[in-house]
Amino acid sequence: MSLEQFKNRNVGVQSYTTLDVGTPPKTSMEKFTQVVTRTFKGELFVGLWVVMRNMIRSLFMGETHTIKYPFEKMPISPRYRAIHDMLRLLESGSYRCIGCGLCEKICISNCISMDTRYDEEQRKEVSEYTINFGRCIFCGYCAEVCPELAIVHGPRYENASQQRAGFSLFEDMLTPIDKLNLQQEYDGFGAISPNADENIKQTPLAY
Amino acid sequence: MSEVKTVDNIVNIMIDGMEFKAKEGEFILNAARANDIFIPAICYLTRCSPTLACRICLVEVDGKQVYSCNAKVKEGMDITIDTPTILEERRAIMEVYDVNHPLQCGVCDKSGECELQNYTLEMGVDSQSYMIPDTKREVVNWSSVLHYDPGLCIVCERCTTVCKDIIGDAAITTVKRGGADLDKGYKATMPKDAYSMWNKLQKSVIAPSNGTAFTECSDCGECIAVCPVGALSSVDFVYKSNAWDLKKVPAVAAHSSDGAQIYYEVKPTSIEDRTQKIYRITNEWSYVSLDGSARFAYDFQNTTATQDSKVFAEAIEAFQKATTIRFNSMITNEEALMLQTLKEQRGVKLYNPEVKAFQTFLNHYQLASGNALWTGNTDTIMKKSDFVISIGSALRNDSPAMKYAFNNVQKLNKGAGLFFHPVGDTLIPTFGKTVMAFEHKVGLEEAALYLVLDLFADKAKLSSEVLEYIESFKRSESKTIKEKVVSTVKETVIDEETGEEKEVSKKVTEMVAKEITVIRNGLVELLGGDASTFDDAFAKMMKKKTTFSMMLGEDLYYHGKAENIAKLVALVEATCNIDVVMTPPKSNALGVALICDLDETAEGYTVGYNENGDYKLSALGTGDFDIPAMNQQEGTLTNINKRVLPTNAAVEYGGYELNDLMKVLVQAPELTIDWTKMLPRDKGFQAVEFDSLPNAYTNDGVDNRGYTLENAYIETALPEVAQCEQSAILEERLRIAVILLDSSMTLQISHMKYLNLLHSMPVRQKQRL
Repeated sequence: MSLEQFKNRNVGVQSYTTLDVGTPPKTSMEKFTQVVTRTFKGELFVGLWVVMRNMIRSLFMGETHTIKYPFEKMPISPRYRAIHDMLRLLESGSYRCIGCGLCEKICISNCISMDTRYDEEQRKEVSEYTINFGRCIFCGYCAEVCPELAIVHGPRYENASQQRAGFSLFEDMLTPIDKLNLQQEYDGFGAISPNADENIKQTPLAY
Repeated sequence: MSEVKTVDNIVNIMIDGMEFKAKEGEFILNAARANDIFIPAICYLTRCSPTLACRICLVEVDGKQVYSCNAKVKEGMDITIDTPTILEERRAIMEVYDVNHPLQCGVCDKSGECELQNYTLEMGVDSQSYMIPDTKREVVNWSSVLHYDPGLCIVCERCTTVCKDIIGDAAITTVKRGGADLDKGYKATMPKDAYSMWNKLQKSVIAPSNGTAFTECSDCGECIAVCPVGALSSVDFVYKSNAWDLKKVPAVAAHSSDGAQIYYEVKPTSIEDRTQKIYRITNEWSYVSLDGSARFAYDFQNTTATQDSKVFAEAIEAFQKATTIRFNSMITNEEALMLQTLKEQRGVKLYNPEVKAFQTFLNHYQLASGNALWTGNTDTIMKKSDFVISIGSALRNDSPAMKYAFNNVQKLNKGAGLFFHPVGDTLIPTFGKTVMAFEHKVGLEEAALYLVLDLFADKAKLSSEVLEYIESFKRSESKTIKEKVVSTVKETVIDEETGEEKEVSKKVTEMVAKEITVIRNGLVELLGGDASTFDDAFAKMMKKKTTFSMMLGEDLYYHGKAENIAKLVALVEATCNIDVVMTPPKSNALGVALICDLDETAEGYTVGYNENGDYKLSALGTGDFDIPAMNQQEGTLTNINKRVLPTNAAVEYGGYELNDLMKVLVQAPELTIDWTKMLPRDKGFQAVEFDSLPNAYTNDGVDNRGYTLENAYIETALPEVAQCEQSAILEERLRIAVILLDSSMTLQISHMKYLNLLHSMPVRQKQRL
């Protein structure tokens, strides 16, 4: 449709297709007959049956279409970007974060900061980690840039609270150690591709 | 006055088809860098001798492959940086460097400023063709500041090179790694240079050169600065911060008159505490080397200061009451000018004993020589000089820049050196084979200068009295020496086989005792040297030497005969072909000496500025009134090279500054740095706004920070010098010790971390006392 046609508001001259709706009753007798036929046809009971059937299914057969929020939650897309999770290594249980600081650097709203130190085992330890959720715009860059898939976006979308600070510490985001078996692998931005195994090359370090 | 060779011979070279000009005798790599042309190189350091460890600086010159760090430019050279074989060679070298290099770049302290990373990408290394079993190498701390992770080390030997060629400590060296041998098959298949580089790399690792687990050095941390990977870092800084988080504040090292260029690297203290904290000090290591105090003594800021109007009123009252202001050289030019303004407008006395002696010495020198300031500087010594003389300076502690220059001359310019100091030094003679150290009695600096006159002066220029005096030290002695005499003796021998008689001539060497007359130099003996061997040794030192320099230290300024010494220095400059550099005794002593009109004594009610007094202003937070420390101030400092250098504030300061007091006491501008353009022009300063001062080095290493003081020269007759008074020597011993004690107390360094001076000062005092 050209712009000219589109802007033409003169409805009278356009061609319309008329639906075939039959012919309306003309005489009083015809009108009466139509009312009686429709009233005693039983279509009402069809509708009532549909309601009844769904009621029985949901009450007695457990086929409900609603969920019991907040006791139940809808499954959410793996790409949904809610409050961050800090993941642990499944084998050792220690956190994955190596303190490289890339999330801190890439964060466009400057809301991540971390303190690191040289620990007793000669490793880099993240001594403090925090995200200011008052400033976070949930862009997902931190999860994407993380080389260890340590910081990811979790499914916790209920982030209304009196104190946003309640979400913002490392411990709050970290998978609780007793729920390690429930930790979900992240599939969103930055996650390894489904065909990653095919792309792996052997290094020459055979030793 | 000696003539400084300023014009170099310029040659024309072609690099990749483009024509450039370069200084004759320069390495190709340096010439390219000076012309903004990139040639990859890992192991080469400007100001150091080529190491030839990395071999990636390979270029083709007139069809032949040479290492550009090691080959000098010649007229008409045609240089090609990349050829297919060279590119292949470089790629193989980078692959070798990447063999077994840990891939934990995420936690490495180099955090992306890594030359290994850069060159690996530059050479396009996307696969690895070589392998070898790795060797377990443990992380070690070499000292309280040096942290070494051999796993990350690529043995480019930059650390050992800088330690040897510039610092002079030679505290670290390469030792055996105990790694596996290379697969023999590689020799045939790999590019040649990559193979030999790998062969060497696989065998070595860096370790303290004294054979122990700990370095015996001055802890300057220059090895940390030059490390291209994350192998070396300071113990304090390990895993503390990524380089990209740190903000670089360009500044001047506050603890010595070297005025070394530094960056304070700052970021917030922690997540809870967002005030800026200095995490480390870095420098432009290609052009400047720091000492331990400059690199590690950075956390001396005044953190407790607040603005309290009651205290401010008290301070004003104290200044109004004051008859004397006592201060030291830990002060910017601007604040020195403020104090001078107070003197001019309110008539207070300015008392600063450490600078007063220096100022007096300078004045005597000016009168005698006609020069406003000394003529040399440490940069020119490093680049040009091939003979250095140091008098009156404990080089290692008094002026690191001079120590580095003294050492660098020996290592790079094939130089020689004479070192005169009452306190013996075991390190300085190790700088080179032709370094002679004199450990003379305290107070004999005059004799040392007379010896310099004797050795270097154009005798025709010297007055007859001086000549006579110098000659009076010389005495002839007869000496029996054994000489080799070769004589040919003819013998008749019977051949056993044939029975014939033959005449055979034989050469016979005989030792013949011979009496000769030699001239012994009494000055050498007076200075504690061995006159019998001196002449030969000195002749050896003088071989092929053309450019001479002399470094003078603070012992001369506090000497009882300072005036005569100043005249002798002027005489040396006028009659010998020697450049002279003087070390200002402390941080900004030269600035204070030029700006302030100092008084001999203090009297009455004294306000101490970082000094003791009836009312004390202190940058340590311990006085009656808080003032900012050097790392919290903007301003300019004047250094040994006669440059006025801008420094910036690294951390916040919450209190009042001296300028706030000045606004009430005298007419003062809004900011401290507004005083910069008011610095006295008759003393060589320029009327330049602080904010327009440049603060960088140029690509070819020329110091372009701030500006150089104008050095006026008035034609002056040769000074008349007095003889060396030997009776004063014993008394001198005491006087020097007392002044040193006094000045060291005013340093107020007690809380500074790892400060070089901290452990060196008390030792010096003990030795002197």
